[in-house]
Amino acid sequence: MALPDKLSQAAALVPRGHEHYLNFMTTHSLERKLAILSDAARYDASCASSGTSKRNSKDGKGLGSTEGSGICHAYAPDGRCISLLKILMTNFCIFDCAYCVNRVSSNVERARFSVDEVVKLTLEFYRRNYIEGLFLSSGIIQSPDKTMEDMVRIAKKLREEENFRGYIHLKTIPEASQELIEQAGLYADRVSINVEMPTDASVTQYAPEKKPDTIRRAMAGVRLRKEASKDRSHTGKRPARFAPAGQSTQMIIGADGSNDATILGQSTRLYSSYGLKRVYYSAFSPIPDATAKLPLIKPPLLREHRLYQADWLMRFYGFDANEITAGTDGNLDLSIDPKLAWALRNRHAFPVDPMRADRETLLRVPGFGERTVQRIIAARRHRRLRWDDLARMGANMKNARPFVSLADWTPGALLDSPDLAARFAPKPEQLSLF
Amino acid sequence: MPHVALPHIGTDTAWRDAARGLVSRGVPPAEVTWSRGVAEADLFATPPEEIAPAAKTISVPRSFVELANTVVWHNDPERFARLYAMLWRLGSEKGLMEDRGDADLAKLRAMEKAVRRDKHKMTAFVRFREIGAPDDARRRFAAWFEPTHYTLEPTAPFFARRFADMDWMIATPDLTAVFEDGALGFAEGQPKPDIPEDATEELWGTYFRNIFNPTRLKVGAMMSEMPKKYWKNLPEARHIPEMIASAETRARAMQDAAPTLPPPRAAKITERLAAPSVLRPMADDLDQLRAQENACTRCPLYENATQAVPGEGPRDADLMVVGEQPGDQEDLAGRPFVGPAGQMFDRIAKEAGIDRSRAFVTNAVKHFKFTPRGKRRIHQNPNTSEIRACRFWVQSEIELIKPKLILSMGGTAAESLTGSRKGILARRGTIEATENGVPVFLTVHPSYLLRLPDPALREDETEKFRADLKSAQAHLEELRAQ
Repeated sequence: MALPDKLSQAAALVPRGHEHYLNFMTTHSLERKLAILSDAARYDASCASSGTSKRNSKDGKGLGSTEGSGICHAYAPDGRCISLLKILMTNFCIFDCAYCVNRVSSNVERARFSVDEVVKLTLEFYRRNYIEGLFLSSGIIQSPDKTMEDMVRIAKKLREEENFRGYIHLKTIPEASQELIEQAGLYADRVSINVEMPTDASVTQYAPEKKPDTIRRAMAGVRLRKEASKDRSHTGKRPARFAPAGQSTQMIIGADGSNDATILGQSTRLYSSYGLKRVYYSAFSPIPDATAKLPLIKPPLLREHRLYQADWLMRFYGFDANEITAGTDGNLDLSIDPKLAWALRNRHAFPVDPMRADRETLLRVPGFGERTVQRIIAARRHRRLRWDDLARMGANMKNARPFVSLADWTPGALLDSPDLAARFAPKPEQLSLF
Repeated sequence: MPHVALPHIGTDTAWRDAARGLVSRGVPPAEVTWSRGVAEADLFATPPEEIAPAAKTISVPRSFVELANTVVWHNDPERFARLYAMLWRLGSEKGLMEDRGDADLAKLRAMEKAVRRDKHKMTAFVRFREIGAPDDARRRFAAWFEPTHYTLEPTAPFFARRFADMDWMIATPDLTAVFEDGALGFAEGQPKPDIPEDATEELWGTYFRNIFNPTRLKVGAMMSEMPKKYWKNLPEARHIPEMIASAETRARAMQDAAPTLPPPRAAKITERLAAPSVLRPMADDLDQLRAQENACTRCPLYENATQAVPGEGPRDADLMVVGEQPGDQEDLAGRPFVGPAGQMFDRIAKEAGIDRSRAFVTNAVKHFKFTPRGKRRIHQNPNTSEIRACRFWVQSEIELIKPKLILSMGGTAAESLTGSRKGILARRGTIEATENGVPVFLTVHPSYLLRLPDPALREDETEKFRADLKSAQAHLEELRAQ
């Protein structure tokens, strides 16, 4: 057995109150720790750095800025944006969540950053323009409160001692005390609490130490604190800002048996209850040293993509979850996007005349995005729009074709043709031999 | 034919001044040519002339000014002429800027988009290398970048806002930006300078390789956002070919690996966590009741609510107030009567002489029933079977608290306590009893008052509600005297 493994096993046996013995863990080089603790952090989908309050360092006394929209500083070959330094403070964990690479029963190599190491990495990466800021998460060491305290200490040091004005996202530990979550929100732009699984039953089954109602209560607490931070007191004084970029959550898709209708229903409930900015869907992917409890399948990436599309339809296009999944077997069609699928099932609502239809109706036309609709409404006040105009406005006319009628185009029988759905289905592909 | 040669630095304001002058003198687009820097030989061009300042003010839509300020940085030599032609048309065509179907505007918008993207990619992909010592009072960094368009000048202020506590230089083939002691300046472009590699690039490469998930290979998605043309100046990009090449093998190895035995420490830790001593002992039977309520699955309402909201108040209260169900705020806070209706009740109860701090307040239904709508939750009335399921908890609370009088507010509370919600307006102000004989004073729910749209009617109803509460308080005092 490799030496670090022996060390990590010994470390977990250190009695409470004697954790300073854990300092011998610093035998790992900074580079090795970074390798272990970013490897362990890659399963969090969020890397957003947008939507926070505007800040800069023009006064010359600090470092960093945030200007509304975030920046993706690099892309990895998994297609994911790298905007933040996304790391775990430690991958030691006392919980045993089946889907997680860091669960207590896993034999992965363990490491732990010191507060100063995280601060230094964040600042040095930031100065070289590699990142927008820090996304800090952690395994649970000793207790949820102790872990959360250390995480808050890192954020506090960055803000108060180093005058760091970039973006900070803290993954909150729901079992930690409400006071610590409150402090996290004072230093972080965004806090997140993962619901982990689409249903309570799955959380209980796969993450035995996590309690779904504790997770919900923590999210409720964040919403209440954020709302309270907006109220001025009777003296007109504004309370300290709390997580200006709001809260988000993540659930793992494909590890349990939940169908898409269940998942979208859960998202609907979460958005309405806790004012979430985003729900992230993370296709369960094989992890190193996986447990036998979960299937090691190829991650359902297309399913994940369709769920994001459906989520978008719910948040920006006025669809509700039931409409999106009605008339399906509870799962979204993988071959076509959910908006097109809805239109094909609801042909009686088409064709739509872009010169007359209201915004809500236009948003439901396949191939019309939010911006296209906005442009149509602005331009149609001045003149009659034709096919080419819509194409220039950014509409995807290949998708819109059967669903619109224009001065120079009517879909005629196309809309009712029985093979319409087949026209949109992707071309059959040669299967990979591997 | 007038020719306008625009300067390399400050091209945007120079174009604006020139265009304004030309429009005000009525020079049509076909009669003017443009260039950035020294004019290319144009046989028909008149020598560059001083453009007279605008004779009259011309007004254009704000959106055009923004468009022009961006498009001037495009590398298409026709950009100045296209902008001027658009400016010319704006003089006679109202609403042109809102017509994205217009071919000229569509072209300019596409150019604007290309410049915006190029600016954005510059903010993303510039990589500084440290050229001073890390312990210098003001640290010094330098970068080489090759944008597609002339985007350094409009993008440099972004870096000045972000990296204000250090000195830096960004060199491009066309222009160099220098930020020293808080002042931003520009100089002509230069060939690629030799900036030595920075040790932190090694760590950055380590991060880049390890944050990548080899089981989710999506090379196309990466390429569309980080096209190859940028790779040569990105230190992390040198790892990409190897990351792609080994991804499939790594993913397969993970799938093929047999599950291992947990390390010995795992069982000990899990056991310690699961030990009952970790749970807090119950302080008294009311605490126990609360814990049981929270675990309740007697009806489906628990599935969507945050938590059960148990009753709250002194253990020896002689007045118990029963409302309908927790609302949005109560559901989040886990405490009854903290939302708008609860606050209204508190105010009127005080006016009616009820000491709210001495009353036990609770709800007939413990979980919030709602329909999600976007970012809101719309309150739903609990149905008979839900009320019946939750009656168990209300009765348990009554048995523990043993109130002398119960104030029942609204139909749901009446149904739970007396078995019927019918004719609540006729029954208000009267006293009935629970099946175990505890007196129940009936009135309406305060949210009923909140929903009345007519202020006069609301005032009337509030008065009646206040009178009810006074009468309940009087009755309570009688009961206390017995």
